[in-house]
Amino acid sequence: MAKITLDNLAHSYLPNPSGEADYALKELNHDWADGEAYALLGSSGCGKSTLLNIISGLLHPSQGRILFDGNDVTHAPTAARNIAQVFQFPVVYDTMTVRDNLAFPLRNRGANPTYIAQRVNQIAAMIGMEDRLGQKARGLTADAKQKISLGRGMVREDVNALLFDEPLTVIDPHMKWELRTQLKALHHEFGHTMIYVTHDQTEALTFADKVVVMYDGRVVQIGTPQELFERPAHTFVGYFIGSPGMNLFDATIDGATATIANTSVDLGAGYAAAGQLQVGVRPEFIQLSTDGSGIPAQIKRVEDVGRHKIVRLEVNGQNIAAIANEGASIPADANHITFDPKGINVYANDWRVAPAAEAA
Amino acid sequence: MNKTVNQKAWFLVLPVLVLVAFSAVIPLMTVVNYSVQDTFGNNQFFWAGLEWFREMLASERMWNALSRQLAFSVIILAIEIPLGIYIALNMPKKGFWASFCLVLMSLPLLIPWNVVGTIWQIFGRVDIGLLGYTLDKIGVSYNYTQDFFAAWATLIVMDVWHWTSLVALLAYAGLQSIPDAYYQAAKIDQASRWNVFRFIELPKMAGVLMIAILLRFMDSFMIYTEPFVVTGGGPGNATTFLSIDLVKMAMGQFDLGPAAAFSIMYFLVILLISWVFYTVMTNLDKRDGV
Repeated sequence: MAKITLDNLAHSYLPNPSGEADYALKELNHDWADGEAYALLGSSGCGKSTLLNIISGLLHPSQGRILFDGNDVTHAPTAARNIAQVFQFPVVYDTMTVRDNLAFPLRNRGANPTYIAQRVNQIAAMIGMEDRLGQKARGLTADAKQKISLGRGMVREDVNALLFDEPLTVIDPHMKWELRTQLKALHHEFGHTMIYVTHDQTEALTFADKVVVMYDGRVVQIGTPQELFERPAHTFVGYFIGSPGMNLFDATIDGATATIANTSVDLGAGYAAAGQLQVGVRPEFIQLSTDGSGIPAQIKRVEDVGRHKIVRLEVNGQNIAAIANEGASIPADANHITFDPKGINVYANDWRVAPAAEAA
Repeated sequence: MNKTVNQKAWFLVLPVLVLVAFSAVIPLMTVVNYSVQDTFGNNQFFWAGLEWFREMLASERMWNALSRQLAFSVIILAIEIPLGIYIALNMPKKGFWASFCLVLMSLPLLIPWNVVGTIWQIFGRVDIGLLGYTLDKIGVSYNYTQDFFAAWATLIVMDVWHWTSLVALLAYAGLQSIPDAYYQAAKIDQASRWNVFRFIELPKMAGVLMIAILLRFMDSFMIYTEPFVVTGGGPGNATTFLSIDLVKMAMGQFDLGPAAAFSIMYFLVILLISWVFYTVMTNLDKRDGV
């Protein structure tokens, strides 16, 4: 296990990158703390797999360094880094038995046979496949194969980190829960440093201690699920995390008052911001009002998703969403919305602006 | 459930029946017909029963041709399959050079068989052929028209030159279907190059390799044109393979009866081998299952 440090790391798939736009992964400095579980979250093509492949050594970065516990491994081959990776599609050696599959990484490293036998049994118990050790890997179901790849990753006790590249994509939904829970349990038990790439926010938020949100080749926010929910650092985080995502309103701001759709709104704190300003409010912090206070809005439709209701509204020609409790009745004459001040964030050019008091 | 009964539907099958009858069944029956009769010309035929089959089974000439044939097929398979795999493994995976290699490899496959024979016939001649002349000059005694070993070597090299590309192209297609993740996982597992081949590439190529082996076996087992053009079956009978012998017997000596019996047995051998291959291949598929 190791602390992984990314130092001025950037990568471009072009041989001579000129501008920032040429970089698939923009300059990045970050420490992955030893023994923590991270999720790398972002939409397709945002650079998260690039980052993962750089850490595992399958890709060499165009600039910067990677350190494992302070040792520079930027140019070390994959095998020398002692990491394990689980891929999107289950990779098993079809012609081998489950047992041989699990023993393979140890045998290749010349471990002693008694140790291998004992370790393989231990791992098999961990992934719940003791009874199928003698079976050929071909013909197993996708989730069983994915469990084997996971087991192959963990069979080495000294791995520096376990990397997951959207490992549950091909797994049936009900097995996803089971595998994810199992992963989480294994993390608690063995404390491996884990980095888990996904574009599924539920997966990221349930698996990780810290979620790293990437957008357009850049890390836009690193934080706990709660931080990502309450204080999204970038409009992308607000939009990407949450269901539905954060509502954004174009606004002009003067101190603690914003003007949205010709209506003044109290922000609850003073801001000094310039640029293209937006106010972001999650649907959870929007209330409907019938007494004419707040911003004028028309209800378009109400979706009942079981736990709560999603109210779709139109404000100044823009679609927004609000969440109402399951039991709450939606007044037909509700034609204004108000914000809960603790759920308001202000963005300038897509980046969050801290309130003056917080910044000071 | 009520099934619609419409006997007229049989007419839909008719074209296929006619086609198969004329292309396969009737010619084959003609051969069967010849194989159980004797003729002294004049279009007069006499019933001979299984005599020709007995004669052929006892004929040293046929057994010799068969063993030459088997030896030839086994040797070219033993060279072409590993060589084809080796070439496929070393071909560029993508980009300009991949296409370039593919085109280059396909070229021998596009040359008509008798042209291939002619090319090598001239290539190997000691007086004007580049290969024959060069070998002769550097002091290697090489004369495929007189020397048993030289004749075989020429035919084998020719077949390898002509057909290894096919194996390579099939193996290459098999390799291309392996996702990158497999190689990455192997790197992470610290697998040796041999293990990557043994546990990733070979299993993934197994299906196409079976097809390659089957195709090459059948083709080489029926080889006629190229050796006929190059050596004409000689020196002596050294390169008289089954189909060359068959043609000699049927057209040269006009022994229609024995030749027909011979062809039927030839056909059955091929059928048997194809069936074995088919069974093995479908079983492989079943193992793949899911």
